Amino acid sequence: MSIDWPNFTPWAALGGGLLIGLASLLLLFGSGRIAGIAGIVGAACNALLGERQARSGQAVRWAFIAGLLLSPWLWSLFGKPPVGAPDVGFGLLLLAGLLVGFGVRLGNGCTSGHGICGLSRLSMRSLVNVLCFMGAGFVTVALLRHL
Amino acid sequence: MTTVISLAAGLLFGLGLLMSGMADPLKVKGFLDLLGPWNPTLALVMGSALAVGVVGFRIAARRPVTWAGEPMQLPPPGPIDTRLVTGGVLFGIGWGLAGYCPGPALVAAGSGSLAALAFVAAMVAGMLLHDRLFAAPKRVAITELAPQADA
Repeated sequence: MSIDWPNFTPWAALGGGLLIGLASLLLLFGSGRIAGIAGIVGAACNALLGERQARSGQAVRWAFIAGLLLSPWLWSLFGKPPVGAPDVGFGLLLLAGLLVGFGVRLGNGCTSGHGICGLSRLSMRSLVNVLCFMGAGFVTVALLRHL
Repeated sequence: MTTVISLAAGLLFGLGLLMSGMADPLKVKGFLDLLGPWNPTLALVMGSALAVGVVGFRIAARRPVTWAGEPMQLPPPGPIDTRLVTGGVLFGIGWGLAGYCPGPALVAAGSGSLAALAFVAAMVAGMLLHDRLFAAPKRVAITELAPQADA
């Protein structure tokens, strides 16, 4: 295995990770909710469509989503937000979106809910889910780029 | 107040994703590409976030109430079953294809990226499809475990 040194940014990674961890704790201690983006977006949309069970906590969910959506604007006060672009066509992008949306609801969490909050709580369930999505991600990129 | 804190948490989370490079799908794919020149950035992002998270969640486990004295809504313990595993695998395939997971996709969509907007639309469709086919996952507040706020 070779390391992609030019694109490896350890300090920005450590700083960004610190902010992500602090943001999760801010939401936890501020609102009592896990910063699981799959859960927050799913419940927010279900409640919009009239699902009664998900109605409480709507303000917290939409405020958090608004914060995520507005963060590039805040960043752009200082520079261009580094968002890049995907390297797959439109069809694969839509398929990927469907798989991600379906998968995170089925597995009850994503990189934030299981990956950061779940592992922080030392949850075995989250560890199993993380190993599954990481493993599937490794295999998918290997097939996509090296087959 | 809770709403303002949640907005701030979302902003901070998004800034963290931007700073760490995780809103760039090619950086994420660089991590998932074990056979190519490998980019370890994502591992450090998770490590750093976990170092902060472990400390915070230990405090929360001891006293699961918010600053306002409300009980926290922590997910109840659940089984390790086929749903958990299949969900993880499907998510991982989509993640590997596009390089987006839900958080970074929302941040990139907020920056005006049409590709990310399309991804988010498909992702929401996938979520709703799941929730129509299966019952929406239940959230149980662990009120009974939360100590009463100091009077």
